[in-house]
Parts: sequence; structure tokens; C-alpha cells
Amino acid sequence: MAAVKPLLETHELGRSFGGLRAVDGVDFSLPEGETHAIIGPNGAGKTTFVSLICGRVAPTDGRVVFDGKDISLMPAHKRVRAGIAYTFQITSVFANLTAFDNVALAVQRQLIDDHERGLSSRALTEHGMDALQKVGLGEYADKVAGNLSYGHQRLLEVAMGLALRPRLLILDEPTQGLSDSEIENFIALVRQIGEEATVLLIEHNMDVVMALAERITVMEQGRILAQGAPAEIRANQAVQQAYLGG
Amino acid sequence: MTRLTPSTKSIALHVGVVVLLLALNFLLPEYHRGVFARVLVLAVFAMGYNLAFGYTGLLSLGHAMFFAAGLYGAGLTIYHLEWSVWPAFGAGLAAGVVVALVVGFLALRTTGVAFMIVTLMFAQVFYLMTLYFTTYTRGEEGLVLPQEMRVLGFPGGVLDLSDPSTRYLVALSLFAIVLAAILFLVRAPYGRSLIAIRENEERMRMLGYDVFVNKLMAVVLSGLFCAASGAAYAVLFGYVGSGFAAIQYSILPLLWVLVGGAATTLGPLIGTLFMFYVIDTASSYTTAHLMVVGLVLIGVILFFPKGIIGTVRERWLPWLP
Repeated sequence: MAAVKPLLETHELGRSFGGLRAVDGVDFSLPEGETHAIIGPNGAGKTTFVSLICGRVAPTDGRVVFDGKDISLMPAHKRVRAGIAYTFQITSVFANLTAFDNVALAVQRQLIDDHERGLSSRALTEHGMDALQKVGLGEYADKVAGNLSYGHQRLLEVAMGLALRPRLLILDEPTQGLSDSEIENFIALVRQIGEEATVLLIEHNMDVVMALAERITVMEQGRILAQGAPAEIRANQAVQQAYLGG
Repeated sequence: MTRLTPSTKSIALHVGVVVLLLALNFLLPEYHRGVFARVLVLAVFAMGYNLAFGYTGLLSLGHAMFFAAGLYGAGLTIYHLEWSVWPAFGAGLAAGVVVALVVGFLALRTTGVAFMIVTLMFAQVFYLMTLYFTTYTRGEEGLVLPQEMRVLGFPGGVLDLSDPSTRYLVALSLFAIVLAAILFLVRAPYGRSLIAIRENEERMRMLGYDVFVNKLMAVVLSGLFCAASGAAYAVLFGYVGSGFAAIQYSILPLLWVLVGGAATTLGPLIGTLFMFYVIDTASSYTTAHLMVVGLVLIGVILFFPKGIIGTVRERWLPWLP
């Protein structure tokens, strides 16, 4: 087992908001290539935990290690460039820009890093359309993002994450508000993404979790309650009490 | 029939506007040519302001200090050090960039209302400094640059900047250069990043952009254009005074940009021109001209809520940059 080096580790990671320990000394390890789901009741600290990983929130204690490097003090935008992409829980696309421009913003950042000396508009178009097509939004490229349906905006959000070509893609409740048929497509999409990248998924919909996750972490009150394969979690007594409702 | 792409159309439009302004030099009566020369220089100020406010979403109430930095950078070096116009103009630009860099670095730690207040305070400090060093600046009374100093040297001759036609053409040249620069900027990936920062800063950060550095660059470029306007004003109109550093010169570019259309390339010109002529016309009929101006502004806001060009773009010409 020692052969697989984890892509992401946290050591004693914690964050307090006043007296509240939102995340409380979490030790967590994520091997490269895994699709991992984090579940737990509302207020368990899931979003805060991934926010600590992607740098949107600064930790009060503990460390985050990505690809062998301590990134605890790295600002969020540098973590993104290091390969951690985050898609927002609340849809956060640029509503006044076209779908293509939304993705292009992600691509152009990426291309600037790759070449340093500017970027060709051909590469920008190619990469951008590629990301849109992956999520099935190719035909909507010229539509203004704010006019897209909610489900399509969620997909656009994912396309922006994909366009960053991340090593670790964090999806924060991606299926919230989607219809059943949209969720089905979404599962297929994440499966496809999972072949190339490591995926960390916060999700409430247990069907989605069971369909996608290779391993599951259950959080409660800022701590890890249980961790394991989907079947183990389903059988876990403590989890059933805390989360699945006994 | 080949259809023009939005890109070709917008470049053709901008070239057309500059050509039209060039023709006006030969068509306008003397008085109006003078007004237009002034408007062209101040439109550069408005364009610089628009880069920060319209495109990047930074509502500054202190841009008078960038204009005045250019004005004094050029004016003081000509008046006291007897520099010729080219290096003095360069000194004006440098002063603007330095002030923008320092003020931007400090003020951009804040956002929203706090940013407005901080920029306002810095501009007041700048204004009070122009009064404090009255030995050199002569404060409100200001300095009049001697006419023989206001000549632009070229290999093979000089241009007298106090000549109305030369003044108009130099003002137009500066305007055209800055217009082209802004058009290029907002169509380039960097321009798209600025607009995106305005729309959703947090999202940009999570796309890997260093938002602070991008905003600082926008403030510095904005300061550079405003300083260019100030420096040009000093050498073209030959007067440098504290009034240009006062609060109303921070409000005016905001007004011009709002009237013309924020985040449009031609809005600042239209807004500046419109406001100049509204005030000019109204004050020739009545001493209560500010009341007329107020009524006209209410009308503009009712019928052109996004500014003149902004509303034209929204309703009829979506390809306008």
C-alpha cells in the first residue's frame, strides 16, 4: 500500500469561526486518481473543509499537503495553478458573458502559464470548445451564461473547472437542483472526468455518491466520523445514526 | 454579399470617429474648435477613468490626483526647470504612474465604499499638498506656462502648441492613441479578465487569477492615461492650478463616463462632449444653468439608464465594444 503516494493530505487541519470548530483536527489522505465523496449532515463542515483545501478559507491550525508540498500558506490563486480546481456550491458563472467567454477565462489563465509569452487565439478557441463539448454545452457557446437553464449553468461551472485541467477537481454539491435526467448525465460526466483527474465530491444525493465514489468520508461536527468503501459506509452503525437517519 | 464581422465593424467605427474629428478641425468655427480640443483632452481623462470604473468596477473618487499628477509633472518641470515639452510630458506620465502605483497598492486592500473613501482621502491629500507647496505651485492662482516654452520639438522643426489648429491636432493625436490603446486592451484577454473581475472577483480567484495584481495593473494604466490627459492639458492650454486637483475633478470623469456609457470605448468622448455643450448652451441663456443641467441629467438617466452609448449598445448595436 505504501507505493501509492497521496495527491492530497491534511494533517490536524482545523478552522474555528469564533467559538465554533467548523473543522476540527482532520487527518485526511486522498490517493491520486481516486473519486472520493464527502458526505455528512448540514453544518458538518464539508464545505469549510474543501475551502481549506482550495485556499478560499485560511486554516487556524494544521497543514495541507498537495503533491508532497506544504501549501497551507499558499494563496488560493496559486493553488489553482498548482492543479486544484474548485466548482462553487452556489452557481457562480459570469452571468453577463457568453458560455464560451466563461470557459475562455479559465483556458487563458492556463495557457498563460503554459507558454508565459501570450497565447494564440486558436489554442484558446480549441481548448475552450473542448471543455464545453465535454460537458455537452458545445452548441451553447455563444449564449449568454445568465440565460442558460440552471442545469446548464451547473454544467458550465464544471466546464470551467475542467478547462483548468486540474489534477484535483473539487465539486461542491454539483447535482443540487438538477432534474433526474440531468443527474444521470452528470454521473456519466463525472465518471469520465474521474478517469483523468482525482475528484473530491461533496454530495447529498446518496444515489450519486454510491454510483461514483470509490471511497467515502463521512463528516460530522467538523470531524471525520467514518471512512471507507461505499458498502462499508452503508453498513456502518454510527453513520446510519448520524446521517442516514438510523 | 459578405457580412462584416463585429470586429471589423468596430474597428471601422473607431477609425471613422477619428477621421470625422480630424475633418472637424477644418470645418468647425474657431470657438467650437477650441471647445473640441479641450473636450478631446478631457475625454482621455474620462477614458482612463473608465478603464478603472467601467471595465474593472473600481469606483474611485480620487482620479483628480492622477490627472493633476500629470498636470503638475509636466507644468512644474517646464515652469521651474525649463524642460522642453517632450521630457516634461514624460515627467507627467511618470508622476501619474508612480502615484497610481502607490495609491493603488494601498487602496486596493479595500473594496466598495471603503475604496471610494480611501481614494477620496488620498486625492484630498494631493490637493492640499498643491496648496501647501504654494511657493512652487502658486496654489489656486496657478502657473501660466510661458508661450515660448510650449513648443513641441521634432527633427526638422517645431510645433507651436498655442496655435489653435496645432493644438487641436495634437489633442486629437493623443485621443486617437489612447482610444486605440483602450480598444486593443478591452478586446485582448487582459480586458476580458478585468471585466470578469468586475463581474465576480471570487470566481476569478478560483480560476487562478491574482486579482490584486490585475486590479493594480488596471489602476496604473488608468493613472497613466489620466496623467497623459493632465500633462497634455498643461502644455496645450498653458495653465496649471490647484483647481484641477480638487474634488470636482474626481467627480467629473465619473459623470462623463456615466452619461456616455460605462465600459464602452466611445462613451467617455460622448459623455464629455455632451456635458460640455449642455453646460455651455444652458449658461448662455440663463444664470440658473445648473438647474437646466440637472434636468437634462435626469432625462438622460430616464431614457439612457446605461449611458448614451451603453444604452445604444444594449438596444440596437450589441457589437459595440
